[in-house]
Amino acid sequence: MLAHFWVAFAAFFAALLLGEWQMYIRSPLRDWIGNPELYYRAVTAHGTAMGYVFPTLVAMGFGYAIVELSLRQAIVGRRWAWLGFWLVVLGTVTAMIPVSMGLATVLYTFYPPLIGNPFYYIGVVLVVVGSWIWVALMSVNLSVWRKANPGATVPLPMFANLAGAYLWAWTSLGAAIEILFQILPVALGFRHTIDAGLARVFFSWTLHAIVYFWLMPAYIAFYTLVPRAIGGRLYSDKMARISFVLFLVFSMPIGIHHLFQDPQVGSGVKFMHAVFTAMVSVPTLLTIFTITASVEIVGRLRGGVGPFGWLKKLPWQNPMMLAVAFSFILLGFGGAGGLINMSYQLDFAVHNTQWITGHFHLIFGGAIVIMYFALAYDLWPHLTGRALAAGRLMRIQLWTWFIGMIVLTFPWHVVGILGMPRRMAYFDYGHPALTPQAVTVIITFFGGLILVFSGLLFILVLMQGHRGAPARLPAFAFARPVHEGGRLPAALNGYALWLSLMIGLSVVNYGYPIVQLMALEQTSVPAVPVGERP
Amino acid sequence: MSEERIFSLGNRWFTWSVGAVVAVALLGAMVAFVWLPRTHAQATLASLWDAICSAAGAPAPFQGAALPGPGQRNPTGVIVSATMMGPSEANSIGNGATLAMSCTMCHGARGTSPAGTPHLAGQPASGTYKQLRDFASGHRPSAIMQPLVMSLSDQDMRDLAVYYASLERERIDAVEPSDTDTPRLVRNGDPMRAIGACSSCHSPHAGRPATPVLEGLSEIYLRDQLAAFRDGRRSNDINRQMRNAVQALSDQEIAELSRYYASR
Repeated sequence: MLAHFWVAFAAFFAALLLGEWQMYIRSPLRDWIGNPELYYRAVTAHGTAMGYVFPTLVAMGFGYAIVELSLRQAIVGRRWAWLGFWLVVLGTVTAMIPVSMGLATVLYTFYPPLIGNPFYYIGVVLVVVGSWIWVALMSVNLSVWRKANPGATVPLPMFANLAGAYLWAWTSLGAAIEILFQILPVALGFRHTIDAGLARVFFSWTLHAIVYFWLMPAYIAFYTLVPRAIGGRLYSDKMARISFVLFLVFSMPIGIHHLFQDPQVGSGVKFMHAVFTAMVSVPTLLTIFTITASVEIVGRLRGGVGPFGWLKKLPWQNPMMLAVAFSFILLGFGGAGGLINMSYQLDFAVHNTQWITGHFHLIFGGAIVIMYFALAYDLWPHLTGRALAAGRLMRIQLWTWFIGMIVLTFPWHVVGILGMPRRMAYFDYGHPALTPQAVTVIITFFGGLILVFSGLLFILVLMQGHRGAPARLPAFAFARPVHEGGRLPAALNGYALWLSLMIGLSVVNYGYPIVQLMALEQTSVPAVPVGERP
Repeated sequence: MSEERIFSLGNRWFTWSVGAVVAVALLGAMVAFVWLPRTHAQATLASLWDAICSAAGAPAPFQGAALPGPGQRNPTGVIVSATMMGPSEANSIGNGATLAMSCTMCHGARGTSPAGTPHLAGQPASGTYKQLRDFASGHRPSAIMQPLVMSLSDQDMRDLAVYYASLERERIDAVEPSDTDTPRLVRNGDPMRAIGACSSCHSPHAGRPATPVLEGLSEIYLRDQLAAFRDGRRSNDINRQMRNAVQALSDQEIAELSRYYASR
């Protein structure tokens, strides 16, 4: 588990430095970068490490921890788990070498007909295959537990963990199909054309639900760590389970809203995806409600009265309390931006502008990563057997991350509305239309600087934890619900119903566009190799 | 608990969750595939099936906006190009002047008429020629003009056109000083309704082939022709240009435009 977390955080920190470097070279603080190719290399590496490697390893490490801590059983299939881990590491290295050599600057969303070096894609596939081993192990471990505990209720952390695993297994299928059947044959030179429209549809299968896979560890932390860490109880165990199964059902079959401005898919199909994208707000709002209620209980138990008096009584010195508050605020801003992207008409205005960059940095870099920090702080003593004493440092780290993320993303939203494009290596600040926007790029550079400082603090806190004095800790416990026991419907103790709905809805939402695009003739375009002279 | 069957109509978790998802999907599909396409396309979608196909992005045979659909006739039989008229010669103008004797009743002795018919003097030759051809072929239906042009040869029509183009336009009415500015539709069009500026084609300086000069034409005639394009009574405009331009105009806007051009 520690290996997973350390590799994840190392990849995270390296990608963070790359991100800040990108902010620097785009800003008016220096001349234009001589070779824009270097910028796109950095973006590809930043996106791949942050999007695939970091969250996948956190989910895997946290998943294994949940098996041991909530099921109270040793992990079944340890060797397989190590194989999965090494596949992810090998895949990361395999993908990063061609990226750093400039042979695969295709950005982490692949963007056919751009085709990079085959080893980049093989590396990504290895990362995904490694994570599939984890998915299988989670399922196997649960069934072993079920056999040992017939008829018992699956503990909430494990139930939620499985939601993340199944979501990942199903959603990663899209990108896997795209890479294996469309991109790799071209990258390896067997074919010279690619159906870019179809490739994008397959990628959109992965593209949105992957965000919910990233979110899962954060949501598990909301429900099963936060209430306990701040000295309270979870408002409702059932509500938590309903949220997780709704994510499974609704977050998967909705990715085509990423293709709103692409012509290949019909407008009706796009509208259907917009409808189900809106449905994802239901489990999100359920979560906000349940966790806020859980936190309010803590505030009132500590003597808070009145509509807002309980807020003052909350344990604000507790890093977990800070993290969940920051996470909710960033999720609120990011979610509001997401609702705008979800609207077919409004998306037209912000598509391919810095607005989008701002939106997903708020959701992933803000709401999600801040909870990764919190869950690492929470788990670290139990993983290392040593106390994590630097409370003040942790608070400074969380505050700086929160402030840095706001300073980074808010200007992006503003210039996004003004039409500043994303994915640009540099801007011509001498252009009259861009001159007033130059200051926002400087602000984002300083936001990034704050984030680098915060990331450095995070690594320092964890390293200090490794050097800390060995501590005798009480047994690890997840948050307990307010009302324990009671009868749980079978539907909320297993996944058969929800997986069926997820697959059924995916077939409804993706079946027609995929079959249609596959059946159309003459839709392939010549591939554009990256990293070679045309 | 293990005896509880999930996939059973007796299990309300099953019935409610499946029912709710199906209901949301059906409702979404109704809006996506039936209501929105029909609302957006107004009356151009022939059937429910058309609406569904269009929303699903089903491939339709490519049909440029310029071309008539299968089974529809061409808006005109004339191939309009910048060089369709060739240089005008004195003989041609003379022959045209002779032929024009039979047009004077309606179009005036020198191509300018107070009778509400269009003034032909000073109109681009390509415009007059195309209209004559369209009257003859029936692309522009007219009970009066069609019998009159049936006997004309292609060369006769060219001669008539260059004759009228050679005449100088006269004013027949005293022009009252206009108390209104140039309408926005003339200067800018209305981009939100996909209406181009009138002046982009009909300005005398634009010199577009087969495009008439509107200044000074009869107000009644202009109003009738705009309404005819809008209502589909007249359809000999190339690329549906005029029909597209006027389809969103209100009666009031048509009246305003006609008054504006007539007063100039």
